[in-house]
Amino acid sequence: MAEKIGVYFDQSALGIIDADELSTGVSNKFGDACPVVKVFPVLAASSAREEIKKDIAEQGLDGIAICGSSPRVDWDIYEFENVIVERINLREQCAMAYKNPDGTVPAAGGTAPELLMAMAKDYVTMGIIKLQKTAVPEPPEFESVKTILVLGGGWAGLTAAKQAADYGYDVILVEKDAQLGGKALNMLKTVPLEFPYEEAHDLGLEAKIEEVTANEKIKVVLNATVEKLAGTPGQYTAQVAGQEYSVGAAVLAAGWKPMDNELLAPFGYGSIPNVVTSAEYEKLAKEGKLDAKRVAFIINTDTVTGGDIYAAPEEVEAEEAASEEEEGYVHEDLESVRHLAYSSYVNSMVALKQANYLCDAHEDGRAYVLYDSMVVPGIHERYYKTAQDRLGIMMSKAEIKGITEEDGSLVVSAGNTLMGDDVEIPVDMVVLPTGIVPATAKDPVMNFDYRQGPAFPDLDLFDGYADSNYICFPYETRRTGVYAAGCVRQPMMMDAAEEDAIGATMKAIQCIESANRGVSVHPRSGDLSYPVFNFVRCTQCKRCTEECPFGALDDDEKGTPLPNFSRCRRCGTCMGACPERVISFDNYNIDQIGSMIREIDVPDDMEEGGPRVLILACENDAYPALDMAAIRGKAWSPYVRIIPVRCLGSVNAIWVADAMSKGIDGVMLLGCKYGDDYQCHFVKGSEICNRRKDNIAETLERLGVEPDRVEQYEVAIDEYDKVPGMIDSFMDMVFEKGPNPFKGY
Amino acid sequence: MSNSILVVGGGFSGLTAALEAAELGYEVYIVEKSPFLGGRVAQLNKYFPKLCPPSCGLEIQYQRIKKNPNVKFLTMATVDSVEGEAGNFTVKVSIAPRCTAPSSADLGELAASLESEVADEFNLGLATRKPLYMDTPFAFPNRFVLEPKKLSSADAIKVGASDACDLNEAAKEIELSVGSIVLATGWKPYDVTNLSNLGAGQITNCISNMQMERLASPNGPTDGGITRPSDGKAPEKIAFVQCAGSRDQNHLGFCSYICCMASLKQALYVREQYPDADVTIYYIDMRTPGRYDKFMRKAIADEKLHLVKGKVAGVEEDAATGDVIVEVEDAVKGHKAKIRHDMVVLATGMQPSLAGDTNPFGVELDEEGFVVDGEAKGIFSAGCAQKPLDVMRSAQSGTSAALKAIQTVRGR
Repeated sequence: MAEKIGVYFDQSALGIIDADELSTGVSNKFGDACPVVKVFPVLAASSAREEIKKDIAEQGLDGIAICGSSPRVDWDIYEFENVIVERINLREQCAMAYKNPDGTVPAAGGTAPELLMAMAKDYVTMGIIKLQKTAVPEPPEFESVKTILVLGGGWAGLTAAKQAADYGYDVILVEKDAQLGGKALNMLKTVPLEFPYEEAHDLGLEAKIEEVTANEKIKVVLNATVEKLAGTPGQYTAQVAGQEYSVGAAVLAAGWKPMDNELLAPFGYGSIPNVVTSAEYEKLAKEGKLDAKRVAFIINTDTVTGGDIYAAPEEVEAEEAASEEEEGYVHEDLESVRHLAYSSYVNSMVALKQANYLCDAHEDGRAYVLYDSMVVPGIHERYYKTAQDRLGIMMSKAEIKGITEEDGSLVVSAGNTLMGDDVEIPVDMVVLPTGIVPATAKDPVMNFDYRQGPAFPDLDLFDGYADSNYICFPYETRRTGVYAAGCVRQPMMMDAAEEDAIGATMKAIQCIESANRGVSVHPRSGDLSYPVFNFVRCTQCKRCTEECPFGALDDDEKGTPLPNFSRCRRCGTCMGACPERVISFDNYNIDQIGSMIREIDVPDDMEEGGPRVLILACENDAYPALDMAAIRGKAWSPYVRIIPVRCLGSVNAIWVADAMSKGIDGVMLLGCKYGDDYQCHFVKGSEICNRRKDNIAETLERLGVEPDRVEQYEVAIDEYDKVPGMIDSFMDMVFEKGPNPFKGY
Repeated sequence: MSNSILVVGGGFSGLTAALEAAELGYEVYIVEKSPFLGGRVAQLNKYFPKLCPPSCGLEIQYQRIKKNPNVKFLTMATVDSVEGEAGNFTVKVSIAPRCTAPSSADLGELAASLESEVADEFNLGLATRKPLYMDTPFAFPNRFVLEPKKLSSADAIKVGASDACDLNEAAKEIELSVGSIVLATGWKPYDVTNLSNLGAGQITNCISNMQMERLASPNGPTDGGITRPSDGKAPEKIAFVQCAGSRDQNHLGFCSYICCMASLKQALYVREQYPDADVTIYYIDMRTPGRYDKFMRKAIADEKLHLVKGKVAGVEEDAATGDVIVEVEDAVKGHKAKIRHDMVVLATGMQPSLAGDTNPFGVELDEEGFVVDGEAKGIFSAGCAQKPLDVMRSAQSGTSAALKAIQTVRGR
């Protein structure tokens, strides 16, 4: 709680705003709480900063309010030690964004209109109040276990184990089979993984396994799975083969299984001899049994993946769903023919490799590679190019019309090929592609001992892959401390799996070290604050435990939440959920934002002083979008007041009620896009906020206020040209409705 | 001996590598040659397959930089020389002058008042800009750059009067001691003027895919409107020509990984803006690896989006109308046809930035300019310096390069 606050105005950033008038206002309102109030012509000048430092030392200031540019810019200029700094955005979101109610913009060099000064005053007051309600968080006492649990002893898992051990960590490597190696054990060679990317080569699997088994920091547990993972990152307890291990974080490299061969029946698999899968052909190659001389390698999977394989499945009947809940957790089997469609890259590469096997085995061998598209992107084009030049390998675009058996020989009927419109290719064997079905499509695998269930949430979004929905942050999921790598996350080849495993190990180590320092991981990495629960008032309503996007809260039998600080990402969704205001952060809490709202000066008469609208804006996307709108010369209504929030998930209905009882005429909630392609950095925050709207509507109706005075909008960070328009049409609605009935009370 | 890490390149791989290492407690220097961080992705309108804005992820990266004292970044900086070995490199870096003071003064008005105009590389020639500029309002650091040599004399007087500008700021040279190096030097769009049969950059309404990104961007030269550069007309019939330079021994001897998905994405930009427009993608193979298959299939369910497997033999301009005529040979049936379009987008490939550039790092490059070694020397490549990748794979690559770089300096 800042008690002695220095308030500094940057006239160079304020345009026509009268900084002297604002500074007098601060002194009058706050008195001794703000012993230093100064106006500088250019606050960024080093002389000004030296003076601030002097004030801090001489006056014993513990808080600094910088009234000028947006907190998003010049952050490096306004760093001061041992004080809390609050940046009050009077440039972008006040001076630059201002327009008169009639839409005109005041002339540069003129006098600031009253409404602009009122806006600036509100922001300054709110900023100072925020400082007064902000404490510096203390990290919790916490010591991490520097051990990494690796699930899966295949290529990715072996890589992860070695990397973690090299970093100096202990490793528990759990493999469900009787030996290490995973799918690579069955492979004769790998597709080229290194420059010049032209020839298949040995895997070097034995050496890789040896590096792991010989490493004293790595404990290998075979024939085992993780039966339970309980606790919190930094201090997990993993139950493996009945034994408990303390681990800090996990790399999930549980791999994949081939798609059910029954789905390949339309190609004749199971009914025609010598129609085999690529996995079976690899085995024949490894055993030196490549007897067939003419082989068709099918890559075009339209026979089974044609049609609308991505149509949404029919909704499960409500009754069925309800009964499932009663029976406890049931893992939905997510295996489908989609996995074959998703595996086109791997299958194209494997077909090239196996076509080469055939030509290696038989000088007069004939490999027919039949594709719709050769999916060999990037550097792997070079392998394709090399194969094109090899005698004996014929490749063509082809629609597969059927595979039949005639007199002990096979015939592939194909249309629309480079060899002709309709061709019949006699072969001795047909090799079909493999669908890579991630372990997590079939089973929870992690077996989290979490209130929200044993599996990764949202697996259905990714057809069972333990993947991330973030393009920029591919290791971020809804389960802190567990990082997926290899084919359990996406179909990939061994070069990608290796890189992925190193990346996942990096994140696992980082998570353990962050927990040890008491700070959050992504996206608020380094944040020292965490939610503190005042259990005295808790009514065990379970909203926080249900809504936390990261499953950070378990609960006891009575339903009292049991927080796990290192699972937490500090979004504040729990705080937004709590009807009893039990949850707070030292530097972000119900009272802080509520007090700021209550400090907004609302004219008693809307006709005379205009309405007031509160905007609660996601600080990561909507808030920057507003800044950029202003930078691009877009202005918005002078009646709005903007408060950034960590995530819309943290918005508590009480803030809306505060605004309404204060006489504010409307509330806009600006947050990220939600749904399957969500952009919320906390996954579910904006979606949850939208779901809570019913509660808010109820609260408003109880107060006698029309519920449509509160509206949520999806605003992406680049929609800065649209935001001012959204604000203006909301204002039109407010004008149409007239004043909030509470005004003046 | 040093346990600091140098990251060369402030694009997505470099930012990721730097931040991941810094958040584990290691000191990191980012050296970026342009005045702003963000690299190629800062030029993009949306990412596939989510169609979300790149600035969303960049904003988080920049917040991470702001909060983390372990990250130091230098813009307008280039590496001159690298000496030493793993654990003990001495790196000389030159820093060009930015010529603006760190201050809150908004130079936007001054910039707008200048008369001088210079070629705008960020917008790939689709627009000009002032010699006092930021690439986008989102640019990071959010600080103007002044190019004194490009000012007219009247402008020089105006700018000289501003306290926030320094016309005479000098270049600097500094020396960094680091233990390992991440090369995240990224890529550049392949020079279309090499593709003489595809218009060689001479046909106004035949643009590159990166130019298309700028046209579609809300902060681009048309504020996001996809219109013909020649006359501003709304296109009704657009073609995309895949593999413009890629998969061609005479140009780029590899596939650029992203262009199929990028063209599908851009086709959706067009279809969203123009519900009646007709889009054709001429391709050799549709390469939409992994779960991108779903994106491709959903995109082509649109009956106005056509995929034609065919090789484009040539592109000509109809001077009278500005239309672009595409000569295409059906890959399967072999017949040729000439088809008229309002606008053509060449799916230009990615060339590693190090191709044709200086290589002060002493790493081996392949004939295309990709880094092929270095790990044994404590130099690790990340992202498209190593091979063509999309953003997601670049982020993975940056994360793994961070750990490799740390393993080299750990305990030193």
